[in-house]
Amino acid sequence: MDQAEATEKIVAALQKKKSKTKFYFNELAKILDLKPRAAKKLINIMVTDEVLEYWSSGSTSLYGLKGVGKQAAAEHEDE
Amino acid sequence: MAKHETPLLDQLESGPWPSFVSDIKQEAEARAKNEKGVEYQIPVDVCEDLLGILELSFKHGRTHWKHGGIVGVFGYGGGVIGRYCDQPEMFPGVAHFHTMRVNQPGGKFYTSEFLRQLCDVWDMRGSGLTNMHGSTGDIILLGTTTPQLEEIFFELTHTYNQDLGGSGSNLRTPADCVGEARCEWSCYDTQALCYDLTQEYQDELHRPAFPYKFKFKFDGCPNCCVASIARADIAFIGTWKDDIRLDQEAVAAYVGGEFPPNGGSHSGRDWGPFDIKKEVIDLCPTGCMQYADGKLAIDNKECNRCMHCISVMPRALRIGNDRGCSILVGAKAPILDGAQMGSLLIPFIKVEEPYDEIKEVIENIWDWWMEEGKNRERLGELMKRQGFQRLLEACNLKPDPRMVQEPRTNPYIFWKEDEVPGGFQRDINEFRKHHLR
Repeated sequence: MDQAEATEKIVAALQKKKSKTKFYFNELAKILDLKPRAAKKLINIMVTDEVLEYWSSGSTSLYGLKGVGKQAAAEHEDE
Repeated sequence: MAKHETPLLDQLESGPWPSFVSDIKQEAEARAKNEKGVEYQIPVDVCEDLLGILELSFKHGRTHWKHGGIVGVFGYGGGVIGRYCDQPEMFPGVAHFHTMRVNQPGGKFYTSEFLRQLCDVWDMRGSGLTNMHGSTGDIILLGTTTPQLEEIFFELTHTYNQDLGGSGSNLRTPADCVGEARCEWSCYDTQALCYDLTQEYQDELHRPAFPYKFKFKFDGCPNCCVASIARADIAFIGTWKDDIRLDQEAVAAYVGGEFPPNGGSHSGRDWGPFDIKKEVIDLCPTGCMQYADGKLAIDNKECNRCMHCISVMPRALRIGNDRGCSILVGAKAPILDGAQMGSLLIPFIKVEEPYDEIKEVIENIWDWWMEEGKNRERLGELMKRQGFQRLLEACNLKPDPRMVQEPRTNPYIFWKEDEVPGGFQRDINEFRKHHLR
C-alpha cells in the first residue's frame, strides 16, 4: 500500500465516524489492515504531513484528524 | 502580600519536614522581585496562581486541573503532558500549565553548570518549578504555556544537546542506576546499555504506537536501586554465574570489629559488636552460608543473589567474575491497584555490545504485545491473560525450571497435543481394561 492510498483510507474511515474523534493506534492499523510496524511507518508520515495529530492524556496516546474534535478535553470527557 | 490567601496550604508548612508550599512561595517571591532581570515569557505570577488553584482544590476536595491535549512539539507524540486549569479567569497564570519531560542523563550524572543552564531556560520560559527527578527518572519541568513548547524544545536540543523523554503510549525514558561508574556491585555497564537502547529505539520513544506505556529499567545488581523488578515491563538486572569471591581475612576483620559492617552505615547508634551469625548467616534466605572455626563457607549453587551478605560485608564478599544480566518481564506499579512483580524470562545473558541478543528479545516481545495487547493493557497483563507459554513462544524460548517462581502455584507451562505421544485422544475401552471405574 502506498502512502497516498493509506492516507485516503484513514481519512475516509475517520471522517465516517461521527461519535468520536480520537482513535487508538490499533484502530488505525486495522483500517489499513496492516501489521503494527508497517502501519506505524505510514501513520507517522500522516502526522508529519499534518493529516493526523497526536492527542495524549499523559499516560495514553490517541490519534485524530488534525483540527477535529476537542482540543484540550480531559481524558474521561473524551471517552 | 500574597496574591491569594492560602490558609490550608500554609498549614502544610508547619511540620518539621521541607515543604513544597514553601518552595513554591520562594519561587513566587523570586519571580516577583526578578533580581536577575529575566525576560519572563509566561505570566510572572504563575507560582502565585498555582498556590491559589491548589488552595481552591483543597477547599473543594476535587481537582481543578484538566489533563491531556494535543500539545506537543512537532513530530513528537510524547514528552509533553498537557494540563489546563478549569478556572482560567480566577487563575490566569496557570490557564496553561503543561509539563515537559526531559530525558535524564544516564545514571543521572550531570554537572552543576548543566543544572544552572537548564534552570535559566526554565526560569525564562516556564514556571521555574522542577521535579528532579520524576518516578520515570526524567527531569520534569512543571508548568509552561503552549507557545513556549517549541521554543524550549529548540533550545534543549540545539543549545544543550538534550532531548525530551517518553510519555503516553511510548517507550518511556529508559532509566538506569549509576552502574560501574560508581558501584563495585554492578555486573554490567548499565549506562552503556541504557544509552544504546535509548538511541536504538528513538522512534518508539517519540512516536506512540504501543497499546500503552512500556518501560525499560537497568539495575547493575540484584540490590535493584532503580526498582526495575517492581515497575519495568522489561527489567535488566545484573547477576553472575560463578561463585561469590570470598576473602577470609576480611571476614575475620569484620568479625573482629576491624571493619564496620554495612560500609559504616547505621552508625548513628551503638548496635553492639558485629554478630556474623545473627546478622548474616541466619538472614540468608536460602540458608546457603555457614560460619565455623573462623571460616565462612558458601554453597554457591543455592545462592539466589539476595545481596544481603555482600551488602553487609562488602570488603569480604564480592560479586562473581562471570557477569551478565537476568531479564525479567511484566512488572507494573499502578497507583490504584494491580501491582505486579517481574517474571524471569532470561536467567542469564551476556551484556556485550552491540547487544543484538538483547534487542532480539525486546523486539520479539514488542511484536507479540503490539499485535495481541488490548488498548491500555500492560505487558504483564497480557502475560496473565494469554499465559507465560505464549510469551515464550513469541520469544522462541524453551521453558526452564528457573522461570517457575513457586512450583504448583503458577502452572505457566502446559503440554500441547502435538507434544504428547498419541495426542489427547485415547481409546477409553483399552484404558478401562486396566483401570476400573
